[in-house]
Amino acid sequence: MYILSNTTNASNFVAGVDKSFVIIMGISFVFLIGLTFTMLYFVFKYNKHKNPVATQIKGSTKLEIIWTIIPTILVLVMFYYGWAGWAPMKKAPDDSFNIKVTARMWNFTFEYENGKRTDTLFVPMDKAVKLNLVSLDVIHSLYIPSFRVKEDVVPGREKMVWFIAQREGLYDLFCTEYCGLNHSYMINTVKVMPEQQFNSWYVDTTQQVAAITDSPAANGKRIMKNIGCFACHSIDGSKLIGPSFKGIYGHEATVITGGKERVVMVDDEYIKRSIYDPNADVVKGFNKGLMMPYEGQLSDEDIVQITEYLKTLK
Amino acid sequence: MQTATHPSNEVSYLDYKGKYKGIFGWIFSTDHKRIGLLYMYSMLVMFVVGVGLGLAMKLELIAPGKTIMDPGTYNAVFTVHGVIMIFMIVIPGLPAVFGNFFLPIMIGAKDVSFPKLNLLSWYFYVAGALLVISSVLFGNGTPDTGWTFYAPYSFKSGTNLLPAIFGAFVLGFSSILTGLNFIVTIHRMRAPGMTWFKMPLFPWSLYGTAWIQLLATPVVGITLVLVALERIFNIGVFDPALGGDPILYQHLFWIYSHPAVYVMILPAMGAISEIIPTFSQKHIFGYRAIIASTLAIAFVGYFVWGHHMFTSGMSGTAQYTFSILTFIVAIPSAIKVFNWISTMHKGSINPEAPFLWAVSFIFVFMIGGFSGLVLGALAANVHVHDTAFVVAHFHFIVFGGVGFAFFGAIHYWFPKMFGRMYDKVWAKVGWAFFTVGFLTLYSPMFYLGMMGMPRRYYDYLPEFHAANILSSLGSWVMTFGLLIVVINLFRSAKNGPIAEMNPWNSKTLEWTVPSPPPLENFDEIPVYGEKDGPYEY
Repeated sequence: MYILSNTTNASNFVAGVDKSFVIIMGISFVFLIGLTFTMLYFVFKYNKHKNPVATQIKGSTKLEIIWTIIPTILVLVMFYYGWAGWAPMKKAPDDSFNIKVTARMWNFTFEYENGKRTDTLFVPMDKAVKLNLVSLDVIHSLYIPSFRVKEDVVPGREKMVWFIAQREGLYDLFCTEYCGLNHSYMINTVKVMPEQQFNSWYVDTTQQVAAITDSPAANGKRIMKNIGCFACHSIDGSKLIGPSFKGIYGHEATVITGGKERVVMVDDEYIKRSIYDPNADVVKGFNKGLMMPYEGQLSDEDIVQITEYLKTLK
Repeated sequence: MQTATHPSNEVSYLDYKGKYKGIFGWIFSTDHKRIGLLYMYSMLVMFVVGVGLGLAMKLELIAPGKTIMDPGTYNAVFTVHGVIMIFMIVIPGLPAVFGNFFLPIMIGAKDVSFPKLNLLSWYFYVAGALLVISSVLFGNGTPDTGWTFYAPYSFKSGTNLLPAIFGAFVLGFSSILTGLNFIVTIHRMRAPGMTWFKMPLFPWSLYGTAWIQLLATPVVGITLVLVALERIFNIGVFDPALGGDPILYQHLFWIYSHPAVYVMILPAMGAISEIIPTFSQKHIFGYRAIIASTLAIAFVGYFVWGHHMFTSGMSGTAQYTFSILTFIVAIPSAIKVFNWISTMHKGSINPEAPFLWAVSFIFVFMIGGFSGLVLGALAANVHVHDTAFVVAHFHFIVFGGVGFAFFGAIHYWFPKMFGRMYDKVWAKVGWAFFTVGFLTLYSPMFYLGMMGMPRRYYDYLPEFHAANILSSLGSWVMTFGLLIVVINLFRSAKNGPIAEMNPWNSKTLEWTVPSPPPLENFDEIPVYGEKDGPYEY
């Protein structure tokens, strides 16, 4: 009993959720079709031409009792299956694999216990995974349709969602609580891998090695991709939520500081201030309050490398 | 032949010349019938705007990527569409138009208890509507938070939110005062001999509604004041950045806004409970059961708000308590459906336009109700909460329920309100297009939600394309039907054939007065005898 055949058993919750779905929809369809046809039958059978005089019937206590009790039993059955499919979602097993999920306008980033940080959610197959949900700005909602899991990500609250992925593959991950301008672009991917493959990915330090050996500019680009800068800032000059990065380094920009317009030079100091305190100087033509401060999430070292990358965008 | 004993009753309320002339004869009139029409025309204006915005959204979603507008505009469009449709159309909807017009006549009264307060309610309505519109036209950007104004986004958004919030607050007062007025009217002004259990079902439904309006609306008023204070003075009730709790906002919001769903649907059910016996020429089946279910819905409806928040962050106990209460509130709705269908059994059915609207109301209301059961179940809710499935569900209830009932009611009472009959063929043609379009527009959204498409989505992945095309096509068919219905009614109000006093052979009191009714409705207040009743055919 599944509602979407291509995601059968993609996670341990699919069976329970789909069962409640199918039972409720099944009972509902029987009643919907039965009642609709009864109604249409009456409309034709008792048309005024066929039945010119109505028979006055005021009611029936027996019928009222019957059609109160039967729906009561049925909805309690529905409640039970809804409860049964949902109850296991409330507590994650103690030995779950922990991943910290950070949501902000308008992307998710995933941080593993060994410090790895990605914008795709990599998870091992057949192992309980617990996502600890953190929001930096407004309410978001993490939703993986194929896994039948969804939980709002609320700023200031500790929330979690857990699952056991059971099928290898790529799945969509959506934000499903409206969170502003680019809500519909807040889409990430879940990649489910067999445990061994996951483990070798997890311990693979080539990314860290690359971080040491790569040029600072390449590093800067990777940092920016992982933390989601490009959701709002283009590198080709097109205007998104924030100003494009193309050709800004070393050029002047008109900004609004404390309500007053002024012209500043885009240099190392300005870039650092824009990342740590984005609302201090807001580039003219863009809105205040949309970007959150990244202090604590990016180190000074990260910002040096980001600046190196921005220099390459001529 | 009726003889008018009161000089003011010699002409109909439409022709009556009072102290004021022209438009002032309307906007200064305390006649409940004129106020009902004032509401209807002001709602029609807002409805045209709301439908236009809805069509624009469906056109945008006909293909992935940008079609006609950018994401900022789209977010503003669904926000304004929601605010207009919820606060200005479906919540006041049937009570303000048909409640004002027919409640006093149906219970044998000359007017409501407080006619001046009644006019004041309409002024509040207009003031609230103007405030909301001002937030669209002036200031830095149209509100883009959705009609739910969820914290903390509603504090972060740089848009012009305060007038919209203040507008919703003022609209709330319109609703509270109307509720108060109806409660007093029903308690104090029923005709002699009309005991509670001889009152028709539409006034009964207004009675249940009025209590919700009176008791629940202040909660949203307080909430909106807190949002405004937070935006102006940063007091820190809801915004976590200031130490507040955004989930508290959701609780307060839904404590009102869920009962508000019953403010919308109960009078709709009341109108259906009048139409079905009339066109079946038969006593309503289970009169007391329908009253009991109305009161049960009004009461239990206060305690189910948490089902909007299953994924927000509540304790497990709260979650399953709200789930089970949600299932329980479904039972009285089911009882009503069983009684309506049983009323048709062995009737003598005259399938005129109002009856067709009523039958299709039952059909779409059942779909809306059954999909509500899916959403009330904890496990299934996790999958489809905040997806297109929810959008489909509440459009079936709110637009399907209230909309179909409203059109049923206007076709039913039209000859009484305007003294003329509409073109019956065009009325049925309009109904057919509307119904087919409605089902084509909203049914695909159930499928989209089950596939996992989130709601309030400007853009979507290619796998959601086909169903969105179908839905957009449906929006055009439905609007075409709507145009036929509205044009037919407008033309007929002026030029239709003169209607009889009781064209449908109905038994409630409004059909015993001339069409259109005179200023004070009755020359002599009717008296209900032992054997009289609203459904004694």
